[in-house]
Amino acid sequence: MIEIAAPAIAVRDLGKSFGAVRAVDGLTFEVGAGRVLGLLGGNGAGKTTTIGMLMGLILPDSGTVTILGRDMPGERAALLEAMNFESPYVDMPHRLTVRQNLTVFGRLYRVPALTERIARLAADFELGAFLDRKAGQLSAGQKTRVALAKALLNQPKVLLLDEPTASLDPDTADWVRTRLEDFRATTGATILLASHNMPEVERLCDDVVILAGGRIEDHGAPDDLIRRYGRDTLEEVFLDVARRRRALAAADAETLP
Amino acid sequence: MTNAPEPIRGARAATAFSPTRVGAMVLRYWYLLSNSWPRAIELVYWPTVQMLTWGFVQLYVAQNSSFFANAAGLFVGGLLLWDVLLRSQQGFAFAFLEELWSRNLGNLLMSPLRPSEFIVALMAISMIRLAIGVIPVTLLAIPMFGYNIWGLGLPLIAFFVNLVMTGWAIGLVIIGILLRQGMGAEALAWSLMFLMMPITCVYYPVATLPAILQPLAWALPPTHVFEGMRAIVIDHSFRLDLMAGAFAMNVLWMIGAVVAFYKLLAGARRAGSLLQQGE
Repeated sequence: MIEIAAPAIAVRDLGKSFGAVRAVDGLTFEVGAGRVLGLLGGNGAGKTTTIGMLMGLILPDSGTVTILGRDMPGERAALLEAMNFESPYVDMPHRLTVRQNLTVFGRLYRVPALTERIARLAADFELGAFLDRKAGQLSAGQKTRVALAKALLNQPKVLLLDEPTASLDPDTADWVRTRLEDFRATTGATILLASHNMPEVERLCDDVVILAGGRIEDHGAPDDLIRRYGRDTLEEVFLDVARRRRALAAADAETLP
Repeated sequence: MTNAPEPIRGARAATAFSPTRVGAMVLRYWYLLSNSWPRAIELVYWPTVQMLTWGFVQLYVAQNSSFFANAAGLFVGGLLLWDVLLRSQQGFAFAFLEELWSRNLGNLLMSPLRPSEFIVALMAISMIRLAIGVIPVTLLAIPMFGYNIWGLGLPLIAFFVNLVMTGWAIGLVIIGILLRQGMGAEALAWSLMFLMMPITCVYYPVATLPAILQPLAWALPPTHVFEGMRAIVIDHSFRLDLMAGAFAMNVLWMIGAVVAFYKLLAGARRAGSLLQQGE
């Protein structure tokens, strides 16, 4: 008998509407354990709603989400101890120091040997110079490093990243990507990355799913997609997909009575 | 093909209520207070201003009325108990609002923190805020106006428990609405309790209200507490019936508030509003 590891993330026929808007429409994909999947799509494509359903924050109308072989949101409580996320669209309390924030989140995730873990992350993410500074006094780059340290506190098996390098300068963004590569290499964690930064996706992701209008427009490994579309970069592929979709929508509109 | 779930460290414990996570949230709030002295001062500021104002009103009225001269502490006692009610509700709701103001709610909602643990943490934080805000003022009232609310003894515990339960029940519904409606409902945290103030008869007996409003007043647990306080100050008698009635109502209010909170949370999950916590 051949044993195939269950995917770390399995999404089947996932659907969600908000009123008349179909935000996610029959999404099906899998992320193998230890792989990095890029979730691409324009604004309103359904990325955030999908991530919300993966975290159990949004209840789907239809379909299932299975993470590490467990049902989300049915086993949300147990799963969230093995997951974490990072997004520039949430902050940590500004009045607390970096060390205090990491202590609070470490306790929420019940991280063993927390003091040592924080010291380790402070070394890895070069937080030492501002570990006792209030989070509200940090630069954007420093905040991202702290947010990533928080996301890795519990050494998650599944890590969700929502535009982790948005608004960072190229040097800091490159530094963050290197840390993520290190994390993946040392832990074998599964990562789902939502990003508009195509070079970042090309560098970090094994596979990508391109969303539009809540559906999968295309998917595959970045190199395969580039080859299949006859392009040089993933950004050009993304633009091809977006323009093709716009053209189809315009054609549909013209044929309507 | 193997489809067995991956082992997750402490998975069984993760689903259980965790005092560690409750402690983490209380610690988070303690850090906030200790790092931000204006917040700590604000907790004491308003109760002190209110107590001084009503204390002087009471002095003035007592100088011109034998009834009030013989019922010392009617206004200051009412005010201090009102503050217990108001601060327990605001302490509960404001601790939650801190997460919205700091855009930290997403981090918490995507952490293993259970709603029940969050609620218990908010209760503990509310007690801390209450202690910081009200205890100094009750002590200040002793030399300033010769009124010692601690002299009420055991009845004070009954008053306190009932008022705090009401404050928490209302606070719980408010944070449920905040989760469902976002920051647009923030004003409720500041103002909802004041809607109750005239009806719960903080400074005057229920009989003062128009007859049509009196049944409504008696339907509110704090009314029983304020009437009970007046029974002690004026008649020197402890009305167990009033406290038992208030407690029974508060139990119902708490159950209703918990049900409402979980329904609002489920509604927020369906509507996707947990990811849209702006205005």
